Amino acid sequence: MRFSALRLLTEGLTGNRGWGPHWRDPAPKSEYDIVIIGGGGHGLSTAYYLAKEHGLRNVAVLEKGYLGGGNVGRNTTIVRANYFLPGNSEFYSHSLKLWEGLEDELNYNVMHSQRGLINLFHSDGQRDAFARRGNAMINQGDDAVLLDRAGVRKHLPYLDFDNTRFPIYGGLLHPRGGTARHDAVAWGYARGADRRGVDLIQNCEVTGIDISGGRVTGVQTTRGAIRAKKVGIVVAGRSGQVAAMAGMRLPVESHVLQAFVTEGLKPCIDHVVSFGMGHFYISQSDKGGLVFGGDLDFYASYAARGNLPMKEHVMEAAMTLMPMIGKARVLRSWGGIMDMTPDGSPIIDKTGIDGLYIDCGWCYGGFKAVPGSGFSFAHLIAQDRHHAPAAKFRLDRFRTGVGLMDEEGTGAQHNLH
Amino acid sequence: MRLPCPICGERDLREFSYLGDAVRLHRPAPDAGTDAWDAYLHLRDNPAGRTRDLWQHEAGCGAWIVVTRDTVSHAVEGAQLAAEMRDAD
Ligand SMILES: Cc1cc2nc3c(=O)[nH]c(=O)nc-3n(C[C@H](O)[C@H](O)[C@H](O)COP(=O)(O)OP(=O)(O)OC[C@H]3O[C@@H](n4cnc5c(N)ncnc54)[C@H](O)[C@@H]3O)c2cc1C
Ligand SMILES: [Zn+2]
Repeated sequence: MRFSALRLLTEGLTGNRGWGPHWRDPAPKSEYDIVIIGGGGHGLSTAYYLAKEHGLRNVAVLEKGYLGGGNVGRNTTIVRANYFLPGNSEFYSHSLKLWEGLEDELNYNVMHSQRGLINLFHSDGQRDAFARRGNAMINQGDDAVLLDRAGVRKHLPYLDFDNTRFPIYGGLLHPRGGTARHDAVAWGYARGADRRGVDLIQNCEVTGIDISGGRVTGVQTTRGAIRAKKVGIVVAGRSGQVAAMAGMRLPVESHVLQAFVTEGLKPCIDHVVSFGMGHFYISQSDKGGLVFGGDLDFYASYAARGNLPMKEHVMEAAMTLMPMIGKARVLRSWGGIMDMTPDGSPIIDKTGIDGLYIDCGWCYGGFKAVPGSGFSFAHLIAQDRHHAPAAKFRLDRFRTGVGLMDEEGTGAQHNLH
Repeated sequence: MRLPCPICGERDLREFSYLGDAVRLHRPAPDAGTDAWDAYLHLRDNPAGRTRDLWQHEAGCGAWIVVTRDTVSHAVEGAQLAAEMRDAD
């Protein structure tokens, strides 16, 4: 089934009776060449690119719940390539290029909207830091424009520019930054992988990883044992538990990050706005809800819901930045489980076990990485060597201290990112 | 979440700042080797369930405490002064 404007119109006029399921619901086979653990954004994109780029179709994705039920369906959907450090810079740049061709690639409307992202600054020192970041982005081949106060006011007239504590001095505009529809990204990759022969197996929790003589041989699941020549772990917040099945301890601590959405409003916020000093960011969804969030709750958690102090903090920051938001009513809030690394950057690497690979540590920024991570992880699994844009995401960088990627410059230590 | 400070009693989460897994109480010897230091600084059990982590009652008495709690339900079992716990271990 191909999607097209004509197809939509025809279906619309004939009661939408012609749509079928977007993917099969196969029973697990007893053996695959490659098993991917985790049916989130990264697992699904990995499976898609294994089939598409490497011709590997005897692949299964094992998901303990339903496809897209994890963080990929819980995030605030910001897509950007405004990183500073080598390693992150080239990776997110590559990922954004994949985003830009994604809807054609998948024949799926992922509602990628490059509405522009503005990071605000509030002092001369911060302006210097943002100018430097902008230059790094331009050197990487991406786009950045340094806006002064008047420039920001033109785009975002509704902000409180004269806040006493954080007067707005300007902002760094990343025109190609924006948002996408999170579920659609998961569904689009799922459909694309399924159509290329990948088995997507839901309600199938991996409970053990079989290793013999230093080589992975398969997995144990709630739907029986499955043999595999290669296994990829891509389970985001659950990375610690699944890695433990292979006897590994990871440099990862799982934390809760909350987000909020208001009732649907008429269009009023055209960009993605980030107020770093208040740990606050916001955009408006296509349905009209204001989608916003803040920082981690800052304690280890698997609860997928947060506590009140962070909610209060986020509301205060919202009121500080844009007093008009006080009239909107919050509809709901939720949390996701974030796989935090000590330096705040991800891991895409081999493990000490032959045939076992890991992709994790996306912290609170892995949605924008869904295409790039899948592409690079598929490359690593298929060819047993790193894909250039992701070659610096090494698992042993903490142990050796070489190649740490601490974007915030706070130190490579748990609890600082 | 409210945390029971052994000195001040049960207090609001906002009064505490978080350091992380109580593994931090067991600093290896300077020459313990890379593996020991890597385990101390970076590697974590990261349990889904019962955990013990270090908090400081920063806006209260200032004590460092070890809280035993559940990372899935956010239920708090209890807390001890970090100094006492380290000496007992
Ligand atoms: C509130 C919030 C806001 C965010 N905002 C942004 C943002 O604006 N921009 C951005 O780039 N990123 C953002 N993120 C981060 C982003 O959502 C994550 O980094 C990313 O989705 C993680 O990768 P994933 O999609 O593969 O994870 P998930 O969707 O969580 O996928 C992991 C899957 O593994 C499955 N699994 C776990 N254990 C097992 C097992 N034993 N067996 C089988 N399956 C298993 C899970 O059920 C889950 O479906 C945000 C996250 C949150 C929570
Ligand atoms: Zn106290």
